[in-house]
Amino acid sequence: MLNFLDTVGEAVAGIKDGSTVMIGGFGNAGQPFELIDALLDGGATGLTVVNNNAGQGDQGLALLIKEGRVRKMICSFPRQSDSWHFDEKYRAGQIELELVPQGNLAERIRAAGAGIGGFFTPTGYGTMLAEGKETRILDGRGQVFETPIHADVALIKALTADGTGNLVYRKTARNFGPIMAAAAKHTIAQVSEIVPTGGLDPENIVTPGIYVNSIVKVA
Amino acid sequence: MSIESNSQTGTQAGIRTGIQSSDTPLGRDDLARLVARDIKPGSFVNLGIGQPTLVSNYLEPEQNITLHTENGMLGMGPVATGGQIDGDLINAGKIPVTELPGASYFHHADSFAIMRGGHLDICVLGAFQVSATGDLANWHTGAPDAIPAVGGAMDLATGAKDVFVMMTLLTRDGASKIVEACTYPITGIGCVTRVYTDKAVFLTGPDGVQVRETFGCTLEELQDMVPVPLKAASADGS
Repeated sequence: MLNFLDTVGEAVAGIKDGSTVMIGGFGNAGQPFELIDALLDGGATGLTVVNNNAGQGDQGLALLIKEGRVRKMICSFPRQSDSWHFDEKYRAGQIELELVPQGNLAERIRAAGAGIGGFFTPTGYGTMLAEGKETRILDGRGQVFETPIHADVALIKALTADGTGNLVYRKTARNFGPIMAAAAKHTIAQVSEIVPTGGLDPENIVTPGIYVNSIVKVA
Repeated sequence: MSIESNSQTGTQAGIRTGIQSSDTPLGRDDLARLVARDIKPGSFVNLGIGQPTLVSNYLEPEQNITLHTENGMLGMGPVATGGQIDGDLINAGKIPVTELPGASYFHHADSFAIMRGGHLDICVLGAFQVSATGDLANWHTGAPDAIPAVGGAMDLATGAKDVFVMMTLLTRDGASKIVEACTYPITGIGCVTRVYTDKAVFLTGPDGVQVRETFGCTLEELQDMVPVPLKAASADGS
């Protein structure tokens, strides 16, 4: 069922300790900062977080990591010039890291939303990130078996929602939003604008409302 | 393998016809200009973070090149300045960029399907090492205290039809980055097709390493620096 909520606090209230949480965004573009802040305030801990990165600077996901709420990161690029909170936790052995090539990360998320049980991909074949994984030669190329990444909750950011929960995004802030919305059992979208049903051109909708459970407008 | 004997091979008459040369090593911008010149008109191209990004400064409008950025865009324009800066419009290096007419946006799974599906003509990447058969190492030093980060490097190396590497030929310690076999953890097997360095342009593949151009050195001098057999590229330089 689709809910329109007044506050980000209400939107994230149901997130339990130990949940797997997908968080949209590539760098700061598309990162749902207000929902992450609310998750931080809500106190849920022992989380597994799926994001491309592992937080930048002193905001958003970086703070969730700093406060020790994240047990495990599944990401492609944790190390950045300003990923000091992740770096500190990682070096102290206080956070687990599953490092996934970016395209495999995206496809594993997509597979979860699409009901695919796993897939073979050439990306990573012969590298240390494929160690221990099943491989095959298919179409003459070495390929690695990868499994879907499911989540309890997705926190995403979109530009506009309509009354049916359909979403459109803005420029490269789209990034992981559409695939995370489909992969999670419960998808929470923060949007800049809500328009009545019929206010978005059906031809232009990127995420159909069937994938969206909660919407909160953030100024 | 004997470097000396290969060096001698390289001096035989008729074998050097494919080699062009200049008197001095190339700077970073000269190298970027050279890569840009070599990209065929109409290509779809992904430029990796760092030195490869410089290539975009030298693409001519007549080449009609479409740039892909893996965070979800085709038709990327130059770096944004001043009032153009928009936090929702960034490249893979998280730098604000602009969009060109005809640009399109798509989600991450589609963006990597564009790569993995073989739709990109060329990607240009930096590297720590490239092996004689085109194995690429560019994501991890393997140092025990290093925090590993891979991003889209493996997807790009595996997916693009041609993988061009841009790097200095030698490390700060003077070791060749073109090696018999990579000692750093690899990014992809046999994926690199060309290596653009300050001292030479190399073509790599199953048949070993060919030299297309040299800059500020002879093929013999180059062979003394590189621990794999080098031969001159065929005259068409392709």
